Amino acid sequence: MEEIMKRESFRKGMKDGVPIGLGYFAVSFTFGMMAVAGGLSIWQAVLISLTNLTSAGQFAGLDIIFGGGSMWEMAMTQLVINLRYCLMSFSLSQKFRREESGILKYIAAFGITDEIFGISAAQEGKVSVFYNYGAMCVAIPGWTLGTLVGGISGSLLPDFMLSALSVAIYGMFLAIIIPPSRKSRPVLGVVVASMTVSTIFAVTPVLKRVSSGFMIIITTLLVAGLAAYFCPVEEKEEAHES
Amino acid sequence: MAVVTYLIRMLPLVLAKNEIRSPFVRSFLYYVPYACLAAMTFPAILKATSSVVSGAVGFVVALIAAYKEKSLITVALLACAAVFVVERIMVFM
Repeated sequence: MEEIMKRESFRKGMKDGVPIGLGYFAVSFTFGMMAVAGGLSIWQAVLISLTNLTSAGQFAGLDIIFGGGSMWEMAMTQLVINLRYCLMSFSLSQKFRREESGILKYIAAFGITDEIFGISAAQEGKVSVFYNYGAMCVAIPGWTLGTLVGGISGSLLPDFMLSALSVAIYGMFLAIIIPPSRKSRPVLGVVVASMTVSTIFAVTPVLKRVSSGFMIIITTLLVAGLAAYFCPVEEKEEAHES
Repeated sequence: MAVVTYLIRMLPLVLAKNEIRSPFVRSFLYYVPYACLAAMTFPAILKATSSVVSGAVGFVVALIAAYKEKSLITVALLACAAVFVVERIMVFM
């Protein structure tokens, strides 16, 4: 019974991971191109993608490497840009099945990206780490191979293809957040408020300089905090919808 | 780089082993995914493509498809297709 459930979760994760893998390929293709253009070897670029699995962090990392930054500067930058994963892991710590052991969760932790977090948070009820493993099995090769192919040939995929593929990830995000917004007014409020706050960050002169990672943390803390304060979730509703 | 990124992802899972009881924290964590994904999507989607117009069309198409509760991959592919078509049309304008 337990075995069947694991396999079922894994398969579902792989299926939901396909659009993520495709989107990753396009983004990491650009990363591979930029890394090699800047002077890293193809294998260095691939190793960075395989071990980090984070888009904004890696692009910022390239800037620091090419700018001759220190290790300390690198660590601090990664901390700020990727601190949002901390919120995501915290959220998932309540979402993963209790029965699954710590070590299994620490493996899943490696694969907590914006997108994989998005699909596992969207699962009904508790989620198995095997669901995350399934998604990771598609997403990590997509991310790593994209870097490899991008590094080998910067002109393999024409610009217009990359441009079209780059919205895949956002389309998925919307597919995750819009349906619950139809059913719950507080969720709709959260979505609209978050988009508004992030737009304010993007257009206001001083706030514009805040890095995107930091902007996401501030917006998430602010909007989710206010929503939790003014519209606390009923125990029953949460069990039903989350 | 990799170490910092991994620790950020792992530590909360180590520290928050027990079920959290506080209604505020539970509600907060319930809203986090929506707040976070919404902040990451808009206005970033407008800058993801080669023109703001195609990004905006992709956004609207994805919004409609998501509202109709299409699956993840359908919404994603429709958005890609919309961007592709709009950018082809824009070449002639």
